[in-house]
Amino acid sequence: MQQVEPAIAAPRRDPAPSRISYKLQRLMLRSGFKRFLRVGLPVLLITATIGIVLGDAGRREAIELKIAELRRSIEERPEFMVKLMAIDGASDAVATEIREGLPLEFPMTAFDLDLEAMRAGIAEMDVVANVDVIVRSGVLQINVIERTPAVVWRSYQEVVLLDSGGHRVIPIAGRADYPDLPLIAGQGADKHINQALDVLTATGPLAARVRGIERMGERRWDLVLDRSQRILLPEQNPIAALERVIALSKAQDLLARDLTIIDMRNGHRPTIRIADSAIEELRRIRALK
Amino acid sequence: MNDLYATQRAMRNMRKLAMQRGVIAILDVGTSKIACLVLRFDGPDQFSGGDEIGSMAGQSGFRVIGAATTRSRGVHFGEVDAMQETERAVRTVIQAAQKMANLRVDHVMACFSGARPRSYGLAGSIDLQDSVVSENDVSHVLAACDVPDFGDEREVLHAQPVNFALDHRSGLGDPRGQIGNQLAADMHLLTVDAHVVGNLLHCIKRCDLEVAGLVSSAYASGVSALVEDEQELGAACIDLGGGATGLSIFMKKHMIYSDSLRLGGDNITSDISQGLQVPMATAERIKTFYGGVVATGMDDRDMIEVGGDTGDWEHDRRTVSRAELIGIMRPRVEEILEEVRDRLDAAGFEHLPSQQIVLTGGGSQIPGLDGLATKILGQQVRLGRPMRVQGLPQAATGPAFAASVGLCLNAAQPQDEWWDFDIPVEKYHARSLKRAVKWFKDNW
Repeated sequence: MQQVEPAIAAPRRDPAPSRISYKLQRLMLRSGFKRFLRVGLPVLLITATIGIVLGDAGRREAIELKIAELRRSIEERPEFMVKLMAIDGASDAVATEIREGLPLEFPMTAFDLDLEAMRAGIAEMDVVANVDVIVRSGVLQINVIERTPAVVWRSYQEVVLLDSGGHRVIPIAGRADYPDLPLIAGQGADKHINQALDVLTATGPLAARVRGIERMGERRWDLVLDRSQRILLPEQNPIAALERVIALSKAQDLLARDLTIIDMRNGHRPTIRIADSAIEELRRIRALK
Repeated sequence: MNDLYATQRAMRNMRKLAMQRGVIAILDVGTSKIACLVLRFDGPDQFSGGDEIGSMAGQSGFRVIGAATTRSRGVHFGEVDAMQETERAVRTVIQAAQKMANLRVDHVMACFSGARPRSYGLAGSIDLQDSVVSENDVSHVLAACDVPDFGDEREVLHAQPVNFALDHRSGLGDPRGQIGNQLAADMHLLTVDAHVVGNLLHCIKRCDLEVAGLVSSAYASGVSALVEDEQELGAACIDLGGGATGLSIFMKKHMIYSDSLRLGGDNITSDISQGLQVPMATAERIKTFYGGVVATGMDDRDMIEVGGDTGDWEHDRRTVSRAELIGIMRPRVEEILEEVRDRLDAAGFEHLPSQQIVLTGGGSQIPGLDGLATKILGQQVRLGRPMRVQGLPQAATGPAFAASVGLCLNAAQPQDEWWDFDIPVEKYHARSLKRAVKWFKDNW
């Protein structure tokens, strides 16, 4: 008779979780642990990775080099290159000065141009009233509006041109270079250019004789004429006083006489000073009588 | 005694902690299955009221959010037999329940059926110092109960004050604030084998869980399977389990007696296994599918394929009639019920005003059991299923889960135990003074 082998049943798998998987599951069910896995761990890992990578100086340098290279390659694309500089609205001398003040070597990339600093540098020049610096289609365009000189101011230090607002325009070598501009002198004269110009306009028939106008004691004007004559104008209403002098001069030919100073400072008591030679002449005539 | 008082108190504190966290697990360590339910409580305020039982007998405050059962391993007669195996089974069931609840549980209340429980009725009385009963007096009278010598190897599982009497007025539920001269208390004390409890606690500890309470499963079944008036008027709950049959008698809403037989469904299975020459697994299957205790003529023709995998055709194609199966099962069931009858008689069950007996547990699902039980236990027998609790899955609503559900109810509405009352004041003082003196002696 045939022996029947008893079928060996496969051992039943134990459904029990291992101690480790049990503990792991309990750990995962801990409140906060999942959040830590989702947020804290990635942050920690990324921070650690960055820290380790950047911890090495050589690697850091290489990264910086790479970044600089990449930056350079973008900056030097032809779209961003500036090939020349154009200066509009400036005289040749000013334009030359601006060119000398901006040592730029073209072509260069627009990223290296500090337009704001350039604008500030040009605007610092006395002669420049306003300036715009823009880059347009490969050209560095500088639009300058220059100050127009209105007077020549001779101060103790220098001879300088001023515009009608009293702002310095440019120092000059001598008054003779600008014969058509009126001469102004005296300390503090640059603060009251408008008044000085008004007085000068009011000179009328005397205009040909006017040498200049001088600010006295930083409060009033002296109109200086040729033949060393001087009209001392008051602080208040200098033009009215001047008109009185002009009227006197017309009526009595005052200014043609040999006097040095017409003092109009006190309106009630105009005074004149006669020149020394005239006094002697007067004495001589009196002595003759 | 103080040692035990301390451990039970620690467990009670753990339960309070679990209530505050709002999550507690229930672990029913049975012989045939281990069940775990995860409960979520809506808030501790629900249960701090204390005096009154809330709506739905206090069970509305919690919800079952995780449930799992597994075949029990390493448990015999409701006692841990192989620790490693039991630990693995507990781990399985806890993990499954946690997964279902998607919550981590740290506190667990456990119940078990074995460990040879023994009931004692204690009585004590004191003279009141001032005529009004205070909480301190209650702890005094409980401490004054004369504890019998139940042996070193046993531990107290339950010590529930059952009745208070004040100057011949008996049957007081809560004597606090009442006026009288002498306060007497009856206490029901249930002791179990210390080693068995220790083993179970060790198994649970090995799973990184904190034990928040230990309950006898007979008591838990009674709480869930007896309806309120049965508990009030007096009834016995028979929990027909796999390895042990639990027995608890309730009266005035208190358990007054509890016992356990080391007989159960596993004995029926092994009878079938021996009688039909089949493996235990097959026998269990045949029992649950075709089992019964009352044979009819139809059952002679109802043939059951026994099966087998020996390769011997004759052996593997055997059939038995259902009548034969019933013939094997019935004597064992009768034996269990008769044993129960003896225990009830010994406890004096016939003196109770109501003789209601409720059968529950997995074994109560045997068809025709109620008819057989009526013949042996008396006329007032019914089959009980556990109360419905919120969120319990359909699979866990059968009578086999009576103890689990009872444990849920117990977790939500715990019965006052002796250790819930503070240690009497002067005892405490004496001890601390003694400890101080001892400290001085040791150190100077």
